[in-house]
Amino acid sequence: MFENLSERLGGVFDRLTKQGALSEDDVKTALREVRVALLEADVSLPVARQFIKAVEKKATGAAVTKSITPGQQVVKIVHDELIATLTGEGEPGALKIDSPPAPILMVGLQGGGKTTTTAKLAKRLKERDGKKVLMASLDVNRPAAMEQLEILGKQIGVDTLPIIKGEDPVAIAKRAKTQASLGGYDVYMLDTAGRLSIDEELMAQVEAVRDVANPRETILVVDGLTGQDAVHTAQNFDDRIGISGVVLTRMDGDGRGGAALSMRAITGKPIKFVGLGEKMDALETFEPDRIAGRILGMGDIVALVEKA
Amino acid sequence: RLLGRNSAAPVVRRELDDDMLEQLEELLIASDMGVDTALRVTANIAEGRYGKKVSVQEIKELLAQEIARIMEPVARPLPLYPKTPQVVLVVGVNGSGKTTTIGKLASQFKAAGKHVVIAAGDTFRAAAVEQLQVWGDRAGVPVLTAPEGSDPASLAFDAMTRAQAEGADLLMIDTAGRLQNRQDLMEELAKIVRVIRKKDPDAPHNTLLVLDATTGQNAISQTETFQKLADVSGLVMTKLDGTAKGGVLVALADKFGLPIHAIGVGEQIDDLAPFDPEEFAAALTGLEA
Ligand SMILES: Nc1nc2c(ncn2[C@@H]2O[C@H](COP(=O)(O)OP(=O)(O)OP(=O)(O)O)[C@@H](O)[C@H]2O)c(=O)[nH]1
Ligand SMILES: Nc1nc2c(ncn2[C@@H]2O[C@H](COP(=O)(O)OP(=O)(O)OP(=O)(O)O)[C@@H](O)[C@H]2O)c(=O)[nH]1
Ligand SMILES: [Mg+2]
Ligand SMILES: [Mg+2]
Repeated sequence: MFENLSERLGGVFDRLTKQGALSEDDVKTALREVRVALLEADVSLPVARQFIKAVEKKATGAAVTKSITPGQQVVKIVHDELIATLTGEGEPGALKIDSPPAPILMVGLQGGGKTTTTAKLAKRLKERDGKKVLMASLDVNRPAAMEQLEILGKQIGVDTLPIIKGEDPVAIAKRAKTQASLGGYDVYMLDTAGRLSIDEELMAQVEAVRDVANPRETILVVDGLTGQDAVHTAQNFDDRIGISGVVLTRMDGDGRGGAALSMRAITGKPIKFVGLGEKMDALETFEPDRIAGRILGMGDIVALVEKA
Repeated sequence: RLLGRNSAAPVVRRELDDDMLEQLEELLIASDMGVDTALRVTANIAEGRYGKKVSVQEIKELLAQEIARIMEPVARPLPLYPKTPQVVLVVGVNGSGKTTTIGKLASQFKAAGKHVVIAAGDTFRAAAVEQLQVWGDRAGVPVLTAPEGSDPASLAFDAMTRAQAEGADLLMIDTAGRLQNRQDLMEELAKIVRVIRKKDPDAPHNTLLVLDATTGQNAISQTETFQKLADVSGLVMTKLDGTAKGGVLVALADKFGLPIHAIGVGEQIDDLAPFDPEEFAAALTGLEA
């Protein structure tokens, strides 16, 4: 569907000749194509712009290794910079779940995959880390949202907080906290309703929930197919609620995953996991190099440059 | 900033040059229109105007007009046919808003005096059936269900039988979300269509692809594959009440020409609106109404 970067750069490669060091013109020519590739991969415009500027500085005047062309050299610098930006601090996939019961708050837009990811994470915590987990649905908006989490809990053998109809999200959060303490749980997870980042009422509501629970982790769940809107979502949720990490869902699709770069660049928070399907075990830790190649649409050239 | 809001400031005219064109392109790219389409749209309005003096307001109006012109032919409501039951199959990737949109549409048709039946064809996702049942209750429309894990094609077949027997005007069939690169799930969808056609060779009369406005360029691949495998006849775009502008619709109109039947503008039952090209274009270009 999309012309990948290697094809795009094919022509540029031919034009750029070996010169020993990258000239400003070489870099500019190649980066124009890189910019288009990033935008086609759904990297948010301000992020793409900022990224290109950073690369331009690094690339201009850089020495060209003998065995590769200047164009390939630029691509290598771009690729390295992408990985550097995508890589978060700390152990990938690690969650702060010391001092039990540790609350984890799940937030995001409608339909992004919060409920599914809540259950996937609970399953992982239970099976890999041997934790006793309680899940609670605070979603009083979407029809059958609570039942959805309850069914998933039964599937994975993780307890869910009993449903009491008519209770508001803050009250449910309080009940989850109490239940988690009394029941000897290591972790309790709060799945919230989907909300637009500009919905004042619902954003205030989730703030109130945060203040009650004092979460150890606040995870923003984002659809990996997200386009330019990623910048608003990242900015508004982080400003308002303060997130500690990101999970990108639907990375089993054929999207280019530019949202990963947008999320990292805007929030500076680690992408902890990627969702790779609807099944409860379709969750993996985030691997920057895989996403970098995918965003550029060019595993092949990277391999070539790596050999050089 | 050229494209900032400063309606109170005196009208400033500037020459339409490369710099200005680039800023316009970026405005469109930031709406998810995609690089190629954004370049084409700006090139169209630049034609014959390059080097002339224009104001921000004028240039935005021109852009909006151009986008509205592209979108006008695809702004068409869901067609109703005399043949009943008219079968509306609703498809799309996970979480795009299929089930909610069915609830909203059912409510509109019911209010228009139609006899509507809904089939809960998502037999996979946890509580998908319960979710649709709530929407059925809200709309005052019966929902036909099958147990979780059962074959959606056989549910569709049973629903056809029942809708025909009841003399329903409309049968709306919900389906599980599926990513278009999942061949097995796309084949499952093709099978649903084949089974429906056993009962009525002309059905489904409408196959609606529900797209999420926050989706970027992947919406193009979604439309292409769903059209190929499930014969999509029209689009609905949801979540346009958020910060996402849904600019990819312009690329889709250009490439596929599929009608856009409605847009989702919220989570409540009345939050479904006709697609209005002018309003859409104004929102996309940031033109004050
Ligand atoms: N293919 C795929 N589907 C996913 C993934 N994660 C979630 N889903 C699906 O996406 C849809 C929405 O997921 P939910 O978990 O209900 O999303 P949510 O954010 O809780 O939605 P709301 O509560 O309505 O805001 C469901 O069909 C899930 O099965 C993923 O990683 N890959
Ligand atoms: N803000 C907003 N939210 C919407 C709109 N349409 C649907 N939603 C929400 O998006 C989420 C997903 O909607 P669903 O109708 O469950 O989506 P679906 O396509 O049926 O999802 P799956 O069956 O899991 O694939 C829910 O939280 C809905 O309330 C809309 O137009 N605006
Ligand atoms: Mg949910
Ligand atoms: Mg559904």
